[in-house]
Amino acid sequence: MTMLSKRNGYFLAAILATAFFYFNGSDVTTSVYATGTVFALPLALAAMVGIMCERTGIVNIGIEGTMLLSAFVAFFVSSLTQNIIIGLIAAIFTGSMMGLILAVMAVSWRMDQIIAGTILNILATGLTSFLYVQGRTIPGVFQSFEIPILSKIPFFGPVLFIHGALTFAGLAIILALYVAIYHTTWGLRSRAVGEHPSSADTAGVSVVRLRYINVTIAGAVGAIAGAYLALELVGSFERGFIAGKGFTALALMIFGRWNPLGALAAAMFFGLAQAYANQLMIDQIVNIPSQFTAALPYIMTIVVLTISAGKVRPPAAEGQPYEKGQA
Amino acid sequence: MSALLEVTGVTKRYPGVVANDNISLTVNAGEVVALLGENGAGKSTLLKAVFGLIKPDSGEIKIGGTPIVFGDTAGVISRGVGMVHQHFQLVPVMTVAENIILGDEPKRGIFINKKAAHDEILALSKRYGLEVDPEAVIEDLPVGMQQRVEILKALRKDVKLLILDEPTAVLTPQEIDELLGVIRNLAKSGVGIVLITHKLHEVMAVADRVVVLRGGKLVGATSPKETDEAGLAQMMVGRSVVLQVNRTEAKRGDVVLEVKGLQVRDDRKILSVKGVDLSLHKGEILGVAGVEGNGQREFVEAICGMRHREAGEVLINGVATKDMHPHAVHEAGLSHIPEDREKHGLVANYSIADNLVLNQFDQAPFANGWVRNLAEVAKNAISTVEKFDIRTPSAFNTASSLSGGNKQKVVVARELSEELPVLVAAQPTRGVDVGSIEFIHNQLISARDKGAAVLLVSAELDEILSLSDRIAVMSDGKIVAIVESKDADRNYIGRLMAGLKE
Amino acid sequence: MSETNVDKKVVKNQSEESTKKFDVGSWLVPIVAVLVAMAIAAILIKLQGLNPIAAYKSLFKTAFGSIEGLGVTLGKSTPLVLSGLAVAVGLRAGLFNIGAQGQLLSGALAAAWAGVTFEGLPGYVHIPIALIIGAFFGSLVAGISGFLKAYRGVHEVITTIMLNSIVMGIADYLASHQLREPDQFLTRTAEIQTSAKLPIYANLPLGFFIAVVLAIAIWWILGRTTSGFRIETVGRNRHAAWYAGIPVKRTVISAMLISGAIAGLGGAVETLGITYRYAPAFNLGLGFDGITIALLGRVHPIGIIPGAVLIGGMRAGAANMQFDSGVAPELVDLLMALILLLVTAPLITRFFKNSSNKSLTSGWGN
Repeated sequence: MTMLSKRNGYFLAAILATAFFYFNGSDVTTSVYATGTVFALPLALAAMVGIMCERTGIVNIGIEGTMLLSAFVAFFVSSLTQNIIIGLIAAIFTGSMMGLILAVMAVSWRMDQIIAGTILNILATGLTSFLYVQGRTIPGVFQSFEIPILSKIPFFGPVLFIHGALTFAGLAIILALYVAIYHTTWGLRSRAVGEHPSSADTAGVSVVRLRYINVTIAGAVGAIAGAYLALELVGSFERGFIAGKGFTALALMIFGRWNPLGALAAAMFFGLAQAYANQLMIDQIVNIPSQFTAALPYIMTIVVLTISAGKVRPPAAEGQPYEKGQA
Repeated sequence: MSALLEVTGVTKRYPGVVANDNISLTVNAGEVVALLGENGAGKSTLLKAVFGLIKPDSGEIKIGGTPIVFGDTAGVISRGVGMVHQHFQLVPVMTVAENIILGDEPKRGIFINKKAAHDEILALSKRYGLEVDPEAVIEDLPVGMQQRVEILKALRKDVKLLILDEPTAVLTPQEIDELLGVIRNLAKSGVGIVLITHKLHEVMAVADRVVVLRGGKLVGATSPKETDEAGLAQMMVGRSVVLQVNRTEAKRGDVVLEVKGLQVRDDRKILSVKGVDLSLHKGEILGVAGVEGNGQREFVEAICGMRHREAGEVLINGVATKDMHPHAVHEAGLSHIPEDREKHGLVANYSIADNLVLNQFDQAPFANGWVRNLAEVAKNAISTVEKFDIRTPSAFNTASSLSGGNKQKVVVARELSEELPVLVAAQPTRGVDVGSIEFIHNQLISARDKGAAVLLVSAELDEILSLSDRIAVMSDGKIVAIVESKDADRNYIGRLMAGLKE
Repeated sequence: MSETNVDKKVVKNQSEESTKKFDVGSWLVPIVAVLVAMAIAAILIKLQGLNPIAAYKSLFKTAFGSIEGLGVTLGKSTPLVLSGLAVAVGLRAGLFNIGAQGQLLSGALAAAWAGVTFEGLPGYVHIPIALIIGAFFGSLVAGISGFLKAYRGVHEVITTIMLNSIVMGIADYLASHQLREPDQFLTRTAEIQTSAKLPIYANLPLGFFIAVVLAIAIWWILGRTTSGFRIETVGRNRHAAWYAGIPVKRTVISAMLISGAIAGLGGAVETLGITYRYAPAFNLGLGFDGITIALLGRVHPIGIIPGAVLIGGMRAGAANMQFDSGVAPELVDLLMALILLLVTAPLITRFFKNSSNKSLTSGWGN
């Protein structure tokens, strides 16, 4: 319970700090927060992938690879067909396939799940390296649009209600996941499978089926995160595009206690940090070498993990292959 | 009206053992039938057969007059057979309500109807007189309450035959009384109950009929009206095949191992060793008898430095040993045959040779300083494999290729090799074939004859009786009696083990 | 007397029997994996409208067809052997050191600095110093992950990967500021002194033989010393290791330090033997390669050498292959990914029973 009030304290401090900055430069603050949301989204979605898998008991190290390959497919199919919707669909299919492969390795073959995820990453890197062609372009990105009325609210309007389609989709997914985990039968059964699979099994819930379904859908969510980067935020694709976000997402998941809203909050923190750093560079207030700002998310990830270590409680059955008849 | 459960002539054989030998029993509605027997008597096998998890070699099982289909566990369950497991099938971090509704949730579309769930559970608990708080989290509840949730789970499915597997093993005396009351009420409402237990007091208190299993056979069918606890105890532990061990009189020397006021907590942070004093002498075997779950595991682990001592001391040759430091305790002169050989005793994919030197790998002659002396390791391996008759084509095969008995022989061989003053053997013949059992027993005796102080902890009463010079009985975390083996009466020990006071 | 002779013979026979039984069956798997991967890649090449046979022919001819080619191959194989060795040592202790790349980079940069800074030293002094400095920095980076893992339970998979990028950033910065080659604008260090350059004998680089010697040394240490036994035991069953008196935390950190030192050495050898300076971007992906090579060689210190030479050869021949047949040099990356997938499918990962790596957070608060 002390943990809770500590975190409430952080939250309060964040709100106060935001209010302070806002009243000292509303335009800049608003734009930094809006940018922060946009940076945070792929991290948050990637964290959702981790949450969906780990809540059901599967450790997914391959989020990075899933995002990479999906971003690649999103971009290249879009450039081939000159249609970003088709690219998006192709990406979602790719991500689901990667999720399925992980499910096969982890659930049916009972492989060590860290190795399985690493294989996905290496496979994605290899495929994208080989198939990459320079100089391709896509016809455009998912443009920002405004949600009427709500977008006019000062501060919250631009921050939350003026974004591209994929951003909104992503936010919707996060909210839906939160509701689903804690309020639907699917959520209850998935959690049971991740905490104490034999109880679920004796209650008639198919552990294997649920794991397969969740990991595959999680792959699709990861694909949206990757496609978002290629088709909305950046509008292109380079090798090494994902730059570690898939791993940072795991730290966010842990820090957020496997709760979608918690992970979203953690992702917002990362996104804001990045947005602030950018703003500082633009304003030339501080002159930090570019290499250090680039390294910032990685350092933060390690710090976040180290803080969380020993204090968090993962789903009890994660990482352990399930054998029927285990009591 | 046909019986709820009819088992006729069920026999099930496994390699080397007959788990169930022509077992027949019937359970009618409203009856409480107690299934009595020690560990290994064949109760779990029979249960698995009833649920269709294993197929008997012969015999028939009928539920409500219709035979069951092997493999169709769901079918058995749907015919109204419910089970309360010994190891609860509950999700610790979820609430009572969530656990009970899991798999069959009241819903509104895709959303769980939490209010309906709450109300349903309150109604259920009122109907059967099992009070629970639907919103309580399982892991915060005392064990007795958790068990109620298990029972409610079964009752919710409109159960006709309820099987309770060792339900009182983990309950306090008050909780036990409450449970017995619940059982009586359920029986009155028409549910048939099978109570699997080895606690004689409870059998006498609540059963309509008693069926006794021993060594896979049905050795008695009676009722509390026709017998008493003494009679039950005799049926339970009667004359079975005792492996004859030639044993000379012990030459007892000084005290080597002393345990003073030992208190230890189990994994659930509950105190399971509640103050034990013990002295072990050179040249004797002290057998600690007791049904599993009475603190023996924690007791052994604490002595060997593998579990934190809440209070008390362990002294070897007068010197207090370190807490939580198995190697230091080993250096102080204690060898240990661990209960969980796969976890603590062996490295599965190491060779037998390497496993034999696992705790001496960096000492002469197996190492010259930094460099290992593999020739010596090999020599030791070959000679040990021969001496201990470890059945393997090569002393360099991996340990995982061995059978259970031979794996245990590797552990025994290793632990006996240094001839340390104290030897602690925990369940040394569990999962071991008969031939190896005899061999290991002889090894323990010869260690004693060479002057070791041997502490033997076993749930197999026959083993304790045939090997021990003195016998201590452990019940509910305390030593309730210590007797010389020549004064030990099988029935007396059996009754102490079963929870009787005398 | 005859008894001891019989004894010796029995020992020899039995140990040969066991090792033989192990050898044949399971070494077939990597070979088959390579062949199948090449076949799959050939299909992809065909789909691109190019000629796979010509591609493979050119690839292997350049790599192994001449002494000069072999020299380049071995040169490219050296850091692969070392990063594979680094990952293998980690895996033996039950650790996933995916950070071989970052450790390699730090070694490369440190060696470059040592190679430039120390003047007037004879070769047989300069080279070892530079190599040791490289190994030290590699070990330092790995040690961070090792410490966090042993004492805080933070899983090394994430910390090593994060450190990869952090180290890249730091190295990049240093190479474009403090350590930059003076009077030019490229991000790189000055060329090292001649005294620091690894000699080449008859076209074959000394660095490769250093790597092979190190691999043999590691094999010997793991198999024949008490330190090696500790590492192996902790990797296979940490409960039994604890019970047997092995200090688990200390062993975990040691294994990471050793692993990092080897990777750092790999980077140092790359600098002193091939590039003669530190220039970022040439080292891309080598860390991940380490995992593939380690698993392809069945996590065996000697077994990784053939795999490393194969991959090194393919890298060496890739440029010519593109010239001759139009197939992109990234084919090698794809092949490696396919090989890894095929090699690990049958790989019984029960190798790591009771190790500390069942989940990302299995180290948390335990």
